[in-house]
Amino acid sequence: MELKQEALAGTLESSDLFIRVSPSEDPLEIAIQSEVIHQFGEQIRATVEEVLAHLGVTRGIIVIQDKGALDCTIRARLQAAVMRAAGETTMDWEALK
Amino acid sequence: MKLRRSMLFVPGANAASLSTAFLFRPDAVMFDLEDAVSLREKDAARLLVFHTLQQPLYDGIERVVRINPLDTPFGRDDLEASVRGGADTIRLPKTDTPEQVHELEAAVEEIERDCGRAVGSTHLMAAIESASGVVNALAIAQASPRITGIALAGFDYVMDMQTERGDGTELFYARCAVLHAARAARIDAFDVVFSNLDDEEGFLKEVALIKKLGFNGKSLINPRQIELLHNAYAPTQEEVDYAKRVVAAAKKAEKQGLGVIALGGKMIDGPVVDNARRVLDKAAASGLRKE
Amino acid sequence: MASKRNPMASLGDHNKRLEPFVGFNAKTPFVSGPGADGDRKIVESVEEAVRRVGLKDGMTISFHHAFREGDKVINLVVETLARMGFKDLTLAPSSLLGANAAIIPHIESGVITKLYTSGLRGKLGEAISNGLMETPVTFHSHGGRVALIDKGEIKIDVAFLGVSACDPFGNANGTSGRSWCGSLGYAMVDAMHADKVVMLTEEVVPFPNTPASIRQDQVDWVVQVEEVGDPAKISVGAARATTNPRELLIAKLCAEVMEHAGYFEDGFSMQTGTGGSSTATSRFLERRMREKDIKAAWALGGQTGGMVDLHQKGLIDTLIDTQSFDAVAARSLADSPKHMEISTHFYANPFSKGAVVDRLDMVILSALEIDLDFNVNVLTGSDGVVRGAIGGHADTAAGANLSIVVGPLLRTRIPTVVESVTTRVTPGETVGVLVTDHGIAVNPNRPDVADRLKAAGLPVVPIEDLYRKAIAISGKPEPLHFLDNVVGHVRYRDGSVIDTVRQIAP
Repeated sequence: MELKQEALAGTLESSDLFIRVSPSEDPLEIAIQSEVIHQFGEQIRATVEEVLAHLGVTRGIIVIQDKGALDCTIRARLQAAVMRAAGETTMDWEALK
Repeated sequence: MKLRRSMLFVPGANAASLSTAFLFRPDAVMFDLEDAVSLREKDAARLLVFHTLQQPLYDGIERVVRINPLDTPFGRDDLEASVRGGADTIRLPKTDTPEQVHELEAAVEEIERDCGRAVGSTHLMAAIESASGVVNALAIAQASPRITGIALAGFDYVMDMQTERGDGTELFYARCAVLHAARAARIDAFDVVFSNLDDEEGFLKEVALIKKLGFNGKSLINPRQIELLHNAYAPTQEEVDYAKRVVAAAKKAEKQGLGVIALGGKMIDGPVVDNARRVLDKAAASGLRKE
Repeated sequence: MASKRNPMASLGDHNKRLEPFVGFNAKTPFVSGPGADGDRKIVESVEEAVRRVGLKDGMTISFHHAFREGDKVINLVVETLARMGFKDLTLAPSSLLGANAAIIPHIESGVITKLYTSGLRGKLGEAISNGLMETPVTFHSHGGRVALIDKGEIKIDVAFLGVSACDPFGNANGTSGRSWCGSLGYAMVDAMHADKVVMLTEEVVPFPNTPASIRQDQVDWVVQVEEVGDPAKISVGAARATTNPRELLIAKLCAEVMEHAGYFEDGFSMQTGTGGSSTATSRFLERRMREKDIKAAWALGGQTGGMVDLHQKGLIDTLIDTQSFDAVAARSLADSPKHMEISTHFYANPFSKGAVVDRLDMVILSALEIDLDFNVNVLTGSDGVVRGAIGGHADTAAGANLSIVVGPLLRTRIPTVVESVTTRVTPGETVGVLVTDHGIAVNPNRPDVADRLKAAGLPVVPIEDLYRKAIAISGKPEPLHFLDNVVGHVRYRDGSVIDTVRQIAP
């Protein structure tokens, strides 16, 4: 999936996360800020990379502000942000698992 | 016995609620993709619910998703997310005709086949929110073998009836009609939400009424109402004691080969025994009422 | 006239060291002459008081923290001492809070070089965890602080005690003037033990100011200042009422545990603490007390409006109060003859001749972390940074017949039940029951309690199950990274070192 425009998803409420994705010519750049970075930083990054790989996102800037969201929330919010940025409305359910 | 007393609304776009609502142990949880979600968050809420459904958090709790109507741009994708995510039940809002149920049924089956889910494993529930829905309640309740319940939704209904929520008189016919349709179709019936969170007394009064009418339970918007509702629906010690005596008398009559069951000098009919068994099952499932 | 009578003449050699009488005010000049008036203790400024008490570099100063986040005294005095050029002081308040971040520059510049406290919050906690001080901070419990003072490890040279009103001789309480803090339980210890006591007061009221929680015979100087504290901020971040359904769920379970654990009988005693859940517990308990016609003989704490409500309804006979957490509690202390103000010495000093905690039936406690051995951490956060306080945690857990720890299983993604706590504050052997929103765990050393709770139909599971449940939801937390540098010693209430806090890795 190609990111065509900047898009946002999520909130800054507790147990949620706020994501900003933007198109870029360069390889993926992922910045993660999290309240739970010490204990879950690596897991959050792994989830983010996995979701992006499944969606075929290889270029762009992903900025995440996490407020202690569970893994399933991170997946949902990131998928929503990427689809919004790609202007994609057809759900590819296999890729979204 | 699986109880369906409480169905807790959880806004589909609220990450924190989605990850904690199971704690309150409602009989059913209803992830809402319809009215609780703004137009611009429909996509995100759908994905949140899709992923939440796949978590083990809600094990032991019936997972219902209220989708947007199928004639909106969101309905079909909501349904995909729900069936593929593993929802137990799809709640269709604004059901006016049995045809809407047929359309939903066909779409569900198509998705079940596509994602490898057992055909027929997704249950349906119709929410009745208009005068025509109430008039068609029986046809809706019997529209599909997948339908396990119908729910009355008060807000849209009273609007349609050109009245407003009050002491319950405004819902009297609708409640009776929906309930009769459900009983005739041998499915469950759910009453409207009670929205004033601070009015515990009013809530319990309404619960007493709908329990007396015969509703299985109620849709709820606040977790604090769950325990009140469950307790009001739990059999009392007296009811259980009486039910035990009835069942014992029935057993005794059967042993002695008597066709007539007597308890304390009074004759007891078959349905009374059935009801007594139901009370004991309920007590086993929910515990006794605490005053 | 002295030539006519010489009392010394009649005394033998063995009494040579006795002094002859030379005038009624020779040794007590304050009873006549200039300065003999009742205002002689009043000085114009904090600086003047500091000069009069003879504070020197290297000495120990102390404060009470009854105003909590609303305190205005600690920062003011430290600031003044910095301006006066003092160095190398030991700061030994009963505790520090988020508002005390203002002292960070004075630690950096060497005004304060040693610190004793019950806890730290906010930026100060972060700075300490990042290695702000060369000497590790000593963290103590409320009772443990008094024990350290008794043993002489904390030797208070000057106590600066803020009160809203004080008479010219220093008689003070927390229920007169405009800014009530209620109980002066922390300050009473300092007044008792400090070499010099300086009262900072918002107003000087006519003598005698009663009741005298701090007494004139303990006070050296009285200084009037603009403000000593904002009572509205006492309950910030600690005591509050809740409508949060999750906290209510925990509170209800906790009330059920209290009802069925074996100590709920007429004349029982309890301490309910101040977290959202523990405050709500008192409401749920009320119904059960009425149903079973059970009244509590007394409640200890940390008093709140919730406890006062039960007291006024006749369900708790006596309130025993070391810290009033809200205006309702402070008002009750003033009005009710059975609302009793006690020092933390009386409350929890393990080496006193009788601490109230020893008589306690049940206590409700909070936890940042609790581990599989029931050890509790209330001091450091999930990131290893100091952001809490020991308070009376270890004291009440040790003293009570049953200590009940309450908390959500997860705070956002952070599990409360962990394999091993980051910092051990309260040893697991003194913790009886854990109540979470996912169920209840009972310490294996209390099979009697487990049996009773199970018999009552409560969801009792092994603590390992709760841990697994938490991890299934959150994922397994990565271990924290610390440097070798020790930034704090956690002292158990008997003075022993129960754990250390290390500097967090950058």
